[in-house]
Order: sequence, then C-alpha cells, then structure tokens
Amino acid sequence: MSGDRANMRYGHRGDPVPGRRVARADGAASPPAASAVATCSHERRARADTRNDRWFRGLLQACALLVLAVLLGAALSTAWGGREVLLGQGWRFLGSAQWDPVTNNYGALAPVFGTLVTSLIALLLAVPLAFGIALFLTRTAPPWLRGPLGTAVELLASIPSIIYGMWGLFAFVPFMARVEPWLSASLGRLPLIGCWFQGPPLGLGLLTAGIVLAVMILPFISAVMREVFQAVPAQLIEAAHALGATTWEVAWQIVLPYTRAAVIGGIFLGLGRALGETMAVTFVLGNSYAISGSLLMPGTSIASSIANEFNEAVGTHRSALLALAFLLFVVTFAVLLAARLLLRRMTRREGLR
Amino acid sequence: MSATLQLRRRMVNALALALGACATALGLALLGWILWLTLRQGLAALDWRLFTQVSADGEQGGLSNAIVGSLIMDLGALAICVPVGVAAGTFLAEYAPRSRFGASVRFLNDILLSAPSIVLGLFVYVAVVLPMSRLSGGAVSFSGVAGSIALALIGLPVIVRTTDQMLQLVPATLREAALSLGVPQWKLTVHVLLRAAASGIVTGVLLALARLAGETAPLLFTAFGNNFMTLHPLHKMGSVPVTIYQYANDPSPALHAIAWAGALLITLFVLALSVTMRVFTHRHRRMHEQ
Repeated sequence: MSGDRANMRYGHRGDPVPGRRVARADGAASPPAASAVATCSHERRARADTRNDRWFRGLLQACALLVLAVLLGAALSTAWGGREVLLGQGWRFLGSAQWDPVTNNYGALAPVFGTLVTSLIALLLAVPLAFGIALFLTRTAPPWLRGPLGTAVELLASIPSIIYGMWGLFAFVPFMARVEPWLSASLGRLPLIGCWFQGPPLGLGLLTAGIVLAVMILPFISAVMREVFQAVPAQLIEAAHALGATTWEVAWQIVLPYTRAAVIGGIFLGLGRALGETMAVTFVLGNSYAISGSLLMPGTSIASSIANEFNEAVGTHRSALLALAFLLFVVTFAVLLAARLLLRRMTRREGLR
Repeated sequence: MSATLQLRRRMVNALALALGACATALGLALLGWILWLTLRQGLAALDWRLFTQVSADGEQGGLSNAIVGSLIMDLGALAICVPVGVAAGTFLAEYAPRSRFGASVRFLNDILLSAPSIVLGLFVYVAVVLPMSRLSGGAVSFSGVAGSIALALIGLPVIVRTTDQMLQLVPATLREAALSLGVPQWKLTVHVLLRAAASGIVTGVLLALARLAGETAPLLFTAFGNNFMTLHPLHKMGSVPVTIYQYANDPSPALHAIAWAGALLITLFVLALSVTMRVFTHRHRRMHEQ
C-alpha cells in the first residue's frame, strides 16, 4: 500500500504530471480554436498547483521540525540557564550534598538521591503489580470483563497529577503515619534493611512519595504489558498448554521471555514518568535537603526542588535549579530513549508497524 | 512423587493467578479511593461562591478568576498546538511514512510525550518569559500567553501522534481516487484525507485537552498565578491547578475546601473528556469497519 502511495506522490514532486492535464481537459466539447488558450490556462494552473504543493509540504515539514526544536530547545535553554553552575562547578555539582542559598553553595546530590530513591521504590512496587494486572486481564479474567477492567485501571493514568498530590497529602500521608510505626516494628527489625524503616512516623517522606509514584506509573506499565501480552502468537501459548503447562507456567516461561524487550521498555517508560513527576511528589516528600538512611524521613527530588524554589530563586540559586532541570532532562531523555528502542524492537518483530 | 509435583505446580498456578486478581483489585481500589475522596470532599465544598468570587478574597473567596484563567489558557494552548500538531502529524503520515526523517520525528515525538512537564515549563520560562520581560523593560513577565505556550507543548505530541495514526488508517483508495481526478496533493490532504480522519483527530484533540487541563508544573513559571480576575493575555494569570497547589499547601482548612472543589471540577472535566473521547473512538472504528 505504501509503495503505491510513494509512487503516486512521486509524480507530484516534480513538474505537473502529464496525466493530470488529460484528466483536467474537461472542456472536451470546446471548439478547436479555444484549445490553445485552454492548454495555456491549464498549464498555468498546473504550475500554481505545483507551487502550492511545495509551499504546503514546506509548511508541514516546518511543523514537524518544531517537534524536534522543542526537545532541543528544552535541553539548550536549561543548559544555558544553568551554565554558571554547570561550568563553574562541573562534576563537583553532582557530588556535593550541600544546598545552601545563604552561602550560595549548591550541590545536586540530595535532589538526585531523592529522585532516584523514590523512582526505584515506585518501580519495585509497580512492576509486580502491573504484571499481576496484565496477567489477570489477559489470561484469567472472563473475556467480557477484560475491556471494562482494563479501561478502569487505565483511567488511573488520566487523573491529573495534582489530584494524586491532594490524595497523597490529605488521605495517604495520614494513612502512612498510622502504618509506619508498624513498619518500624516489623521490617525495622530486619538485619540489613532494617535501618531503612526506622524513624519518626511522619507520614511524609521518601517511602510515601515512592508509593504515590508507584500508583501513578502503574497504569502506564500495565497498559504496555497488557498490549504486548496480547500480541504473543496464539500457537506458542496453545503449544505450551498442549504440553501440559499451567497458565502461570505459560505466562512466566513463554509469554514473558517472548515479550521481554517490550516489557522492559514499558518499565523504562514508567521510570521516565516517575523521574520527572513533580506535583504528586512535591506534596508528600517533605522538602528537606538532608540525605537520610531511612525511607521514612523527608527528602527532596529534582522536580520538587524546582517547583518549590524556582520562583523565589535569583542568581546562582536559579542557575543551580536550571542545572538540575538540565540534569533531569538528560537523564529522562536517556531513559525514555531506551524505553522506545526496546518497545520498537517488539513492534518490529510483530510487524505491527 | 509425580503426584506431589503436579500438586505443587497446580498450587503455584493458583497462587499466582490469585495474586494477579489481587493486584487488579488493588489497582481498582486505589482508583476508587482517589475518585471517592475527590467526589466527597469536592461535593462538600461545592458552592456558587466558587464561580462568582475571586481567590483574592481568601477564605471567603472562590475560583472564578482561576476557572476563567484556565479556560483562556487551555483554549489558547489548543489554538497553538492543534494546527501545528495536525500539520506535523499530516507530514509524518502523508509525506514521510517510511523516510528516515519521518521515523526519527515520530520517535522523538514519542519521547516528548512523556518528557517531564516541569522542564518544558522552564524551557518556556527561559525562551518566552525572560525575553518578553527584557523586551518590555520588565513590564511584562509572567503571562497567560506564556502559560498557553507551555501547555501547548504538553498537548502537541498527543495531537501529532493521533493525527499520524488516524491518517494512516484512511484507505489508500481514497488517495488514488482523488489523485486520479487530478487533485493537487494539498487539496487532497485538506479536503479529503483530513476530513476522512476528522473524528479521529478530534479524539486526539480531546485527549490533548484532557492532558493539559490538569497540568500544574508548566504553569508555575509561565503564567505564575493571579488572585484577581484578568482577561489580559499579557498579565499574570490564575489557573485552577496552580490555585489548588497553593491552597493545599496552606494551613487553612477553608482554603483546603476550595482546593478540593477545584480538584473535583478538574477531575469531572477530565473524566467527561475521556468519556466523550471513547464515544468518538467507537464511532471512528465503526466507520472504518463498514
């Protein structure tokens, strides 16, 4: 189909197609004397069409280029705004845990730490849940229930992040404040990871932010998983069942290996979302630049530092925040790039595109 | 021996499937919790005052300036991103369906789709707000226009993507028929293809509107917020999400109530859009199946 289209379009790129003049000669009944004039006007018209086509194409192409310009512009403008800190401090900016507007010392370590920790918690919680949901919606649930349930879960993705923030602050933080003493008493006693769960039961903190993020990225990951699980060839699944494999064995040993690249792509997509999420995290993270060994303590993330401070920041402070934004953009871009490459590998193999 | 193995496998299977069902139930429960909370708190705070008072009145105030600001900026964002997005999507589907340039634009557009919105807000701050402030000698800084541009960047990739996909669904016979009549390419695209894909493109526009209407982060450094009613596009402009953000961080419970009412308005708006969108998608699919 595309071959035909490309050929047809090829005809229009150059000069007017000869066939068109034939088609346009609708004045077949006109006397021979008028035909010279008619040809002339047709030619003029054909030339105008070609010119218009060229303009039209150029206009559309410019708009497509704008998409690239936005990405490039976002990277360049934040790098330019943060040049004072990026060039002045270089790698020390990444390694320093100080963030002091009074002495004008800025280091990215605390926000980077908070961003990574909350995103990792979110992935650890959301990936198994998303796999469970995708498994249920593609294998276990009765077919009439799959559509509505899938839609409902994916409705979570359309809720604005500010609503997650409100829910997090007014409902989930009090809930966590009640759960955390229990967490400290049980998980806090474990040998190696125990210290992660010790601390004051504030409700706010890295763990709470991680859980809210998990809820936010859950629908994205489960939607990707559901889609690729459905794309596994039925013969593979039927063959495994014929050998006596249970539903779980089919899912774990056939479906998951077959869709591995796309599943990892979906997880990266979720990670990309989690890294850059602002509002929901800002509400429940507690905004503290102390790096703590406990997940129950408040922290900060790149996005929430920017949201909290940018409008009051001037000079080096503003430059440091823009440098953080540049860092966030570069990291998210790399993660999303990996995600899309992995997802594309799957669609290629499936011939979906 | 074999019997215990069978039993074990069956138990593992049952356990895994049960956990899958539990995960789905948990997802639905969280959705229910969030929606129920928004509905309960929002309905309790819903009041005519919201639509008549401005937020400058504080605890006795409302959201009228924020609602009007949001409407203006959302429509402004659509006015920017719909033409640009439809044009870019048309280019991808009609002029570059297989080319390397088209593939890379499509690829980067997918990345823009999930790029952090706060960075896009900062981009507009550096690229629009600062230059405008410099040009006007500081008279114009944060503005509704800048807010619209920032929101347009959120909606743009959605529209590019849907337009691209919907145009690729239009049967090739339509193109062949039009071209064989001697219709120039631009006329074919505007009058035949875009019209054929119109309902799908409308879906994309609604999807984009649903996404950008709830965005807060890009507005913080572009439109800033305003406690008074303003219709001037070059003034600081309030919006519902930013007002919610400010009020929720305030200690006053009366302001929390107003924030919940705003949250309810946004959620209802977004959900209504999703439902409309599904109706359109359904109709579009039916049309193509016939």
